[in-house]
Amino acid sequence: MNKVVKNANEAIEGMQSGQTFMLGGFGLCGIPENTIKALVASGLTNLTCISNNAGVDDFGLGLLLRKHQIKKMISSYVGENKEFERQLLSGELEVDLIPQGTLAERLRAGGAGIPAFYVPAGYGTEVGEGKESREFNGKMHLLEFALTADFAVVKAWKGDTMGNLVYRETANNFNQAMAMAGKITIAEVEILVPAGELNPNEVHTPGIFVQRIFQGVDYEKRIEFETVTE
Amino acid sequence: MSLDKNGIAKRIAQELKDGYYVNLGIGIPTLVANYVPENIEVVLQSENGLLGIGPFPKKGEADPDLINAGKQTVTTIAGSSFFDSSLSFAMIRGGHVDLTVLGAFEVTDTGDISSWKIPGKMVKGMGGAMDLVAAAKNIIVATTHTDRNGEPKLKTKCDLPLTGIKCVKTIVSDLAVIEVTDKGFKLLERAPGVSVEEIIAKTGAPLIVEGDIPEMKL
Repeated sequence: MNKVVKNANEAIEGMQSGQTFMLGGFGLCGIPENTIKALVASGLTNLTCISNNAGVDDFGLGLLLRKHQIKKMISSYVGENKEFERQLLSGELEVDLIPQGTLAERLRAGGAGIPAFYVPAGYGTEVGEGKESREFNGKMHLLEFALTADFAVVKAWKGDTMGNLVYRETANNFNQAMAMAGKITIAEVEILVPAGELNPNEVHTPGIFVQRIFQGVDYEKRIEFETVTE
Repeated sequence: MSLDKNGIAKRIAQELKDGYYVNLGIGIPTLVANYVPENIEVVLQSENGLLGIGPFPKKGEADPDLINAGKQTVTTIAGSSFFDSSLSFAMIRGGHVDLTVLGAFEVTDTGDISSWKIPGKMVKGMGGAMDLVAAAKNIIVATTHTDRNGEPKLKTKCDLPLTGIKCVKTIVSDLAVIEVTDKGFKLLERAPGVSVEEIIAKTGAPLIVEGDIPEMKL
């Protein structure tokens, strides 16, 4: 079973304006750089994007925002992007802000076939407005629904031709849950190897969740806040 | 004299116990890591997928794949582990994290907290704060006692959008250590040289004061 496509352009084939897509990463860590570039070049518009963050002004998701390709963002924290904040305050961009753990679990649930679940996060706040609530063990919880998307785009460290993925360090973050939640999941990897070369004990995302995989090129891996000790 | 940021962090570090798993928020809470008592072992959790946060890397050794929840480059310690975001919040939501320390705009005497949004002005999002306050077994707020305009941050009702309700257990400010009890704010300790009267004057809610209030030992 060979899921390898040539590059990012081939990987996003069939994606259409108006669709929903997920993008892995936390800040700029573990983002699918190649596919973001291909999406910018594609000119697709009216997209709904599920991503924990919104990149920075000139990198990551910020590149798509700058070209007004995104209609709606579903995120937990968007603090490092001024263009995003401008579009939001001016009403050009729709934004759904979700507690980070709830977002992660909605993605996991989406991939795991669990339509809804209860969590305590956000009860009593504006996040809970209009949501069904219920008490369990003396504590109030909110009903939250699973999230899926037409496309999930994830970045892994290593992958094989069957779509098995291994993430590196904290570059895993949202990639693993999103890989499960896409109708079509695209994985771009730093190192693509033939099936059989990854240690099955170390696979994070089994290939069944991945439809297209390609070897990425020219990773910049920009650091958002480089902090060092003297 | 009121405490500076490091003083607040130092006092909070005294609340750590051997074997604790701790999540430290951005700002003053991060500084708590610098004052962990030498005779105890605590493991720091970062909600982006790291258990066992190490110090900042040496110059030239920063790894773009290894960051904390504040998106700063960090390192690991012996015994660290990596995991995905859903597992990370399973640790938090499941009550496996012993203590959460975070900052706040406002805290009420029933333990409500606002910390994430100033309508029309700041729309950054709540990140993991709502998950943390809703689930942590013990929550300490690290804050200045008043805001930049001298207005109390400890009050009877939050004016800004809430992060969570009935969740804060303890507040360590530049002036005092205050416990949130069933009956409201209770003054436990005062910063060295700060009077009980000053603390009462700068708190925007009734304060329970019983007997002599000791100075913090830093």
